[in-house]
Amino acid sequence: MNADLPLLLRVLRAPQHAPVLSPADWDLLLRQAANANLSATLHHWLEQHGVLAQALPQAREQLSWAAVMARRHRQATYWEIRLIGKALAGLGLPLLLLKGGAYAAAGLPPAAGRLFSDIDILVPEDSLPQVEAALMRHGWVGTHHDHYDQRYYREWMHELPPMMHVLRQTAIDVHHTILPRTAAQRPDARLLRAAARPLAGDGAPPGTAILAPLDMVLHSATHLFADGEFDKGLRDLWDLHCLLTHFGAREPGFWDALPARARQHQLQRFMFYGLRYSALLLGTPVPPATLAAMAPDAPPPALLAVMDALFTRALLPHHPSCRGAGSALADFLLYVRGNWLRMPPLRLARHLFHKAFLTPKNSQGAAA
Amino acid sequence: MLTVASLAPAALRARLAGDGLRLRTGRFSVRLQADMPSVAAGIGQLYADYPLLQDSDFADFHLHLKRPRSARRWLRPQVRLHCDGYEMFQPMPLQHAFPMFEWGLNWCVSSRAHRYLIVHAAVLERQGRAVILPAPPGSGKSTLTAALCGKGGWRLLSDELTLLELDTGLLVPNPRPISLKNASIDIIRAYVPAAVLSTPVHDTTKGTVAHMRAPGAAVARTADCARPAWIVFPHYSAGAATTLEPLARAATFMELAGNSFNYSVLGAAGFDALGRLIEQAAGFRFRYSALDEALDTFARLDER
Repeated sequence: MNADLPLLLRVLRAPQHAPVLSPADWDLLLRQAANANLSATLHHWLEQHGVLAQALPQAREQLSWAAVMARRHRQATYWEIRLIGKALAGLGLPLLLLKGGAYAAAGLPPAAGRLFSDIDILVPEDSLPQVEAALMRHGWVGTHHDHYDQRYYREWMHELPPMMHVLRQTAIDVHHTILPRTAAQRPDARLLRAAARPLAGDGAPPGTAILAPLDMVLHSATHLFADGEFDKGLRDLWDLHCLLTHFGAREPGFWDALPARARQHQLQRFMFYGLRYSALLLGTPVPPATLAAMAPDAPPPALLAVMDALFTRALLPHHPSCRGAGSALADFLLYVRGNWLRMPPLRLARHLFHKAFLTPKNSQGAAA
Repeated sequence: MLTVASLAPAALRARLAGDGLRLRTGRFSVRLQADMPSVAAGIGQLYADYPLLQDSDFADFHLHLKRPRSARRWLRPQVRLHCDGYEMFQPMPLQHAFPMFEWGLNWCVSSRAHRYLIVHAAVLERQGRAVILPAPPGSGKSTLTAALCGKGGWRLLSDELTLLELDTGLLVPNPRPISLKNASIDIIRAYVPAAVLSTPVHDTTKGTVAHMRAPGAAVARTADCARPAWIVFPHYSAGAATTLEPLARAATFMELAGNSFNYSVLGAAGFDALGRLIEQAAGFRFRYSALDEALDTFARLDER
């Protein structure tokens, strides 16, 4: 299996072998990393394993360019979090950060070299109007003005229509839960908020909080495996791998508690996929006992074989060198699956009909 | 060291149409795939002196000019530029393929090479001291640059992208063809008779464009960095008298920052680099209409 994996995955799994790569290998490695949005991550990963200095000089130079970009993103993220915190200060809510913003604020391993453009926060559903109003008073505006898109987000989704700051052009997604209201699984947002941990360390933006480790891992897996687009799937899988490795080694009882917490939130199937493909593609050290405990959450064998075929294609970098027979078909089938998971069939049919024939062309909501 | 000139025209075309031509410009290596005769002609004419790399060598940028296989290729054929799968520009008419490569390569450098503060400016050197010419399009920057390196004894470091190395504060050469537009093309043909110009391409977003080959001496000295001495903001104005007026440091700083591609990406490092730059180099506003007088003014920059 290992020898068949794309070069980028082999180097992420075993960075100590990077120094022996040929110039042509480095060329390919950097192109795969750039395609997967993992250039700065690769820079950091090689540095952390003490092999960056032995990299081909031209490759090291190019990786350093990406590291500059990542430093800028981190700085902008801290700044943006502070400004969001100021805007929401009067509401008496913790600023509960999700995904990239949380990793950056807490200094968690996936943050190293991670590039992202928007901040995600989680607030109680009944405070959405106040949060939205406070953000608008501080310069954020809604982006989806079409009536249908408004209804799509407000009635069916797990977040407000994305908002953008008029001056800085930065985006914020305000979530009240982590899956669409119309999805079959209903994670318990109250449990997520109750278990959240305030950030206290030096340098953490004031008043911020992040999900508890188990919930953060569940959200990472759900975000990836409930979605329908995987062109940056490897980046998200890398996030999950880093979180699992980090918390698995540091949080007492993490591996034992994961299956039960997944079922509590009805996210066990997504977590099963998360553990399976993170271990398969990135070599995550998941304890056998945890795998055994999650085994009942696997799909039936025939479906699992199909999923293996789809995910082991779609989660590779979408660089031409990693695309093979069936890659495009896998993307398409997973796209259909993502929509299928998002809402019940009849509503999905109506939604797709509306998007295809009734939404004005080139409107912002065309991608929703 | 092998150069692109070592390839016979047929071999050059074959490489471009096949796995790609790999060459070095300054500190960057480029792999270009393109099956258009106009691109092979442009490369053969303007890049003959550049180091040729092997297929097994590392390339910083992978550019591929492709003809889309759509129905309109029979009527109005187009060309698309892919940077390893990513398209940074809208498709252009097929005859714009060579300028599209030039613009694409500039885009690659300016959007990625963040070990340099990158300013939209020409840069030239004489006797170890460099002059930076930042200017918006239409100010006559490229015409002046072509005259300075074609006739004024200045060495071309770049016509388009000034690369200020953050670690050293030195200007790094990246000599590439000079992009001449509209009336400048005939002006330079007349003013620098020895200049080698590519076939003009009409009706681009910048009007008619022709590229002038970078002088061989400039291409040969890409390892020699230069220390910044002057920052001159040129402005061509028909019939204007030649004037060179000092510009306050703060204004020089702000104008340079405004012309930089990655000042905000670099954050504090960019601020520090610009600060060191304006401590070493004096700023001027330069108005001109006659190239002879302009060259004379630049020859006496030492006195300023």
